[in-house]
Amino acid sequence: MSDVVISVENLSKHYRLGEIGGGTLQEDFQRWWAGMRGKEDPLLKVDGSGRAAGDLWALRDVSFDVRQGEVLGIVGRNGAGKSTLLKILSRTTAPTEGRVRVRGRIASLLEVGTGFHPELTGRENIFLNGAILGMKKAEITRKLDEIIDFSGVERFIDTPVKRYSSGMYVRLAFAVAAHLEPEILIVDEVLAVGDADFQKKCLGKMQQVSRGGRTVLFVSHNLAMVSSLCTVGVHLAGGQLVKQGTAQSAILSYAGASGDSPGSVDFSKIARRVGDDCIELLAGAVLDEQGQSVAEVDIGQALKISMHYRIIGEPHRRYLPNFHFHRSDGSCAFIVNASDAQPRPEGSYAATCEVPAHFLNDGLYSVRLVVTSFETGVRVHADEISALTFNVRDPIDGVASRAGYTGPMPGAIRPILSWTIEPLETA
Amino acid sequence: METVNVSPITAESAAVVGDPPRWDMVIEPKGRLFDLKLGELWHYRDLVYLFVWRDFVAQYKQTVLGPAWHVIQPLITTLVFTIVFSKIARIPTDGAPPFLFYMLGTMLWGYFSGVFSATSSTFTSNANLFGKVYFPRLAVPVATLFSRLIGLAIHLTFFLLFLAWYLYQGSSVTPNVWILATPLLLVMMAMLALGMGVIVSAFTTRYRDLAVVVGFGTQLLMFVTPIVYPLSTVPPAYRGWMMLNPMTPIVEAFRYAFLGTGSFDLPMLAISAATISVLLLVGVLIFTRIERTFMDSV
Repeated sequence: MSDVVISVENLSKHYRLGEIGGGTLQEDFQRWWAGMRGKEDPLLKVDGSGRAAGDLWALRDVSFDVRQGEVLGIVGRNGAGKSTLLKILSRTTAPTEGRVRVRGRIASLLEVGTGFHPELTGRENIFLNGAILGMKKAEITRKLDEIIDFSGVERFIDTPVKRYSSGMYVRLAFAVAAHLEPEILIVDEVLAVGDADFQKKCLGKMQQVSRGGRTVLFVSHNLAMVSSLCTVGVHLAGGQLVKQGTAQSAILSYAGASGDSPGSVDFSKIARRVGDDCIELLAGAVLDEQGQSVAEVDIGQALKISMHYRIIGEPHRRYLPNFHFHRSDGSCAFIVNASDAQPRPEGSYAATCEVPAHFLNDGLYSVRLVVTSFETGVRVHADEISALTFNVRDPIDGVASRAGYTGPMPGAIRPILSWTIEPLETA
Repeated sequence: METVNVSPITAESAAVVGDPPRWDMVIEPKGRLFDLKLGELWHYRDLVYLFVWRDFVAQYKQTVLGPAWHVIQPLITTLVFTIVFSKIARIPTDGAPPFLFYMLGTMLWGYFSGVFSATSSTFTSNANLFGKVYFPRLAVPVATLFSRLIGLAIHLTFFLLFLAWYLYQGSSVTPNVWILATPLLLVMMAMLALGMGVIVSAFTTRYRDLAVVVGFGTQLLMFVTPIVYPLSTVPPAYRGWMMLNPMTPIVEAFRYAFLGTGSFDLPMLAISAATISVLLLVGVLIFTRIERTFMDSV
């Protein structure tokens, strides 16, 4: 199946910053007059770099295709152009240049609850919201029972939605959106809000849609979810398409590696020396069970972090290599110290630490490589933040640690621990 | 499904190959100039219906009197107008019973100004909704047109009841066959309000000043339209100017049809219809242009 359902060609979106809302008629007239004579906008202030200060290209020359049945993950920092792209796709704003061609109906879960009127009842809002999302009245009538059933708010369906709890409100809204049956579904970071149950429903819907051979566009900061749900991915940065390929390649591109692979680093290739007059870092790598350098491992596989360093002074010290594992949100998952710290003669060493299978949670980790000693107080000899980046992928294929739950699993680690469940003696 | 080879689409190849009609939607920087998207609006007619229904139902939720307000409001306005303009200011009404004269006037102006002021804030008051989901934006002002029509119908019903009462009392009103022109006159009035409303709404996205102008402008506009006085009281020197107001011949024609006063000036009505058509066309054109990017400037 290689049917292109979304074709984005040279898409650009330009915003003029500054005094847009407060634009006066006179300024507009000046712009218009300059434009008529083919001159530059006289009101744009240009800074030293030659770039107009009031100019912003939220998207610049972005092109990619999405084929039918693909689940496309769109990753990028805030301001990378993700939202602008979605706005153009959902037609709430028009591009400045380029075009998008689409086959099939687009619906997006970022519209959940749009147009709900607080005074109207749940049932009335189903019709209103459904119509706003592009459904016909007859279509809504046909699916009404199903929607009410799915929402789980049957008892309050004839109550004005202003009396609903926020949870009920979202559930009802989602029920409507979930029954749109679009050919293309856009899921924005709506998953970040709502409770776990709601997130689960969203993901379930997404998977159902993609299994049905339809296309999903998924925008999230949660790289773990992008990694496990998406088949392909694009990485946007500064409004430009940086990487297009598999979901993993887009994630790893986003994960910010400046080098070839974020899973390994060779300090000899960096101009800056990492270390002091005792220790110098040489290299670092994430290795799989076979000892190959990788940037991604399955959650069910062990991995090794290895660091090469050279002792160049004070060999009497007990140098302690240690690794700090950070989650993609920046939080520290844990720190692990080498267990075997003893004085070693000057020379090069490889310190390797094995992280067992089923230990880390899925998601993106960065590793900070540190060498410390404690002889004269805590002394940090070498320290490289985010030296390595790797992704732990959860194939969500019924692993024991999930027990059938398909939603995101919080936490830095996800171990498989031994349990006992035994019947209690009844007297 | 037919598989189409589209792998590397570049601007050049697309231009050479042309654009076979296999895309359901093409999003481009600028729409065609005369693309009024009326077909799309028709496609969304259920939405228009539901907007109308929402406006009507939601308006009087949690009120004691509910839709009765549709009756009370115009009746009180009519009474006040009758007392102030007829009894106190002693403005003549061409011999028509003042109560009927003002009831008709407030009905027409109420509808026109209601539609105009509601549609003129289309973009600003729906920014939140428009920012999230696409549907033809014209659905909102068009729905306003219809939902206000319900109020007008109630108003008209009561007007006809009072008219019948006055006739029964042997009053000098002479409703005539021109009543049949009512639908046409209503359409003209609605289109005028819609045309003016969408023009203002499009410019309000950039110039909020217009929202203020609309507020007192509609009030002032009422005084250059023969609502609280008949056209016959206007000095002939000004009457020509008055007739340039597209609302003037419409109001006069209504009066002629229902009360037998006023005038049914066909040439002026034709000019009025032409003006309205131009306003509406220009309005919808500007509106459909603005709706593409207005989210960037609100």
